[in-house]
Amino acid sequence: MTDTSNYIEGLTGSWEIVMGLEIHAQVVSNSKLFSGAPTEFGAEQNTQVSLVDAALPGMLPVINEKCVEQAVRTGLGLKAQVNLRSVFDRKNYFYPDLPQGYQISQFKDPIIGEGLVEIDLPDGSTKDVRIERLHLEQDAGKSLHDQHPSMSFVDLNRSGVALMEIVSMPDMRCAEEAQAYVKKIRAILRYLGTCDGNMEQGSMRADVNVSVRRPGEELGTRCEIKNVNSIRFIGQAIEYEARRQVEVIEDGGTITQETRLFDSKAGVTRSMRSKEEAHDYRYFPDPDLLPLVFTQEYVDAIAATLPELPDDKKARFVSDYGLSIYDAGVLVSEKVRAEFFEDVAKGRDAKMASNWVTGDFFGALNKAGLTIETSPVNAKQLGELIDLIKDDTISGRIAKDVFEIMFETGDDPAKIVDEKGLRQVTDLSAIEAAIDEVMAANPDKVQQAIEKPKMVGWFVGQVMKATSGKANPQAVNKLLAAKFPPSAED
Amino acid sequence: MSVDQNTVRKVAHLARIAVQEDELDHFAKEMSTILDWVEQLSEVNTDQVEPMTSAVAQNMRVRADEVTSPPLRDEVTRNASGAEDGFFAVPKVVE
Repeated sequence: MTDTSNYIEGLTGSWEIVMGLEIHAQVVSNSKLFSGAPTEFGAEQNTQVSLVDAALPGMLPVINEKCVEQAVRTGLGLKAQVNLRSVFDRKNYFYPDLPQGYQISQFKDPIIGEGLVEIDLPDGSTKDVRIERLHLEQDAGKSLHDQHPSMSFVDLNRSGVALMEIVSMPDMRCAEEAQAYVKKIRAILRYLGTCDGNMEQGSMRADVNVSVRRPGEELGTRCEIKNVNSIRFIGQAIEYEARRQVEVIEDGGTITQETRLFDSKAGVTRSMRSKEEAHDYRYFPDPDLLPLVFTQEYVDAIAATLPELPDDKKARFVSDYGLSIYDAGVLVSEKVRAEFFEDVAKGRDAKMASNWVTGDFFGALNKAGLTIETSPVNAKQLGELIDLIKDDTISGRIAKDVFEIMFETGDDPAKIVDEKGLRQVTDLSAIEAAIDEVMAANPDKVQQAIEKPKMVGWFVGQVMKATSGKANPQAVNKLLAAKFPPSAED
Repeated sequence: MSVDQNTVRKVAHLARIAVQEDELDHFAKEMSTILDWVEQLSEVNTDQVEPMTSAVAQNMRVRADEVTSPPLRDEVTRNASGAEDGFFAVPKVVE
């Protein structure tokens, strides 16, 4: 069955978008891929540059074993072929932020071969995206063009930092799929601890290859949109670029294969003509580096230390905790979320824990622009709040108020309940007294309620109000039912 | 194997080497001669021979993931053609 819902309607008929992504993910490591300079983000310019990174004459690269391990770990997480022998090549081009005049990368023989990623789509369905390869390479430095009228300034702190380039097959057909793919890759990398996935700081960025074709026909010519650095921009860039290509073709033009930049302010992609001929990279094996060879035992030892990955965790949340697939998906989308939920759910009603975490808790974080790491309420406190509801100390309604105060002050729920006197009234005689009081003050309503039992609801509200919401709602209902027995006519 | 003038022009540009128009013919001939000389190697049948990556069979040396290089900003920028405020400074390059 062919899914036609993603087609673009042009003036002359339907078009299908075809996309493949190249994701550059910075490897989590203390030092760089081939040098002993640090990799920390945000250091002062050129303070993390070794003689190797500055490409001073006579310097030789020596590979960081941790970066190799991280690449293998990532390959295993992507269910991909791990190549026991791979080769580093030189990719030659000139640019001021590339002091060597070439980037050390892997061309013909990458460390990781074909793999498979299951992406989660907004409608709850899943789709497989094939991975073509993953290779290790050096990052370049950073150029600043706005610091001086006639000069560009170059900071080489990033130069030589290890990157994993993850290349997908052209398996995506709409912007949502591309976004879901990036989210999934980011989640897997974070679970594995091989990349922090921080797109704002540039530790993860994507090049999107977009082409359009008539459904079922041969692939069209593609354009590569470089360095898109947020999931939202990826969506915008694809939407714009696909429509642009359809318009060009429908106006009788042809698409030229080229590199384009996404201008996030204007929401358009623009041609980067200057990079055109630079595509002749003249790759050849780097004579400074021997082939990278390791054993299957080495790979197996890394495989033995892999954490539970998002898909497996999701399946477990559904089967062990009885969560819906949707809620499980929301919780496993980030490792910290899943951990937070499991801390709250431990020894408690998992469904209730899930509702509180995905509902009030995430809602409050979102509204306050906070994350789990910066949250004023921790998992232990949220768990204690749920305990207070479960043992009838407070009602679910009061719990919402308590939660708000917890979020404002960071106080423990028990402390708030005590200080504010929010303990639920479960003493039946006290509740009955409140009911009697309300009834005595409203003889007309009593009469109405005797005639129309639906009016009893009004008394529930009044009693809750009279007790500042602290009366146990079940007890109130029960006692009121006794006061107003269903009449014979009903 | 013969190298034409256009190939020389292109290779020179990619390598950022200035070659004057009147030198193209000369370089084309020289490069052709070099390639023809190397081309002799293709007479040897290497179908069953693994590519040699090193004179002595050995594995690539690896290092531990440790920071071993101190900040060297002054040293690395000292020989730069231009440096300002701790940055390397180059003639403006803008996309």
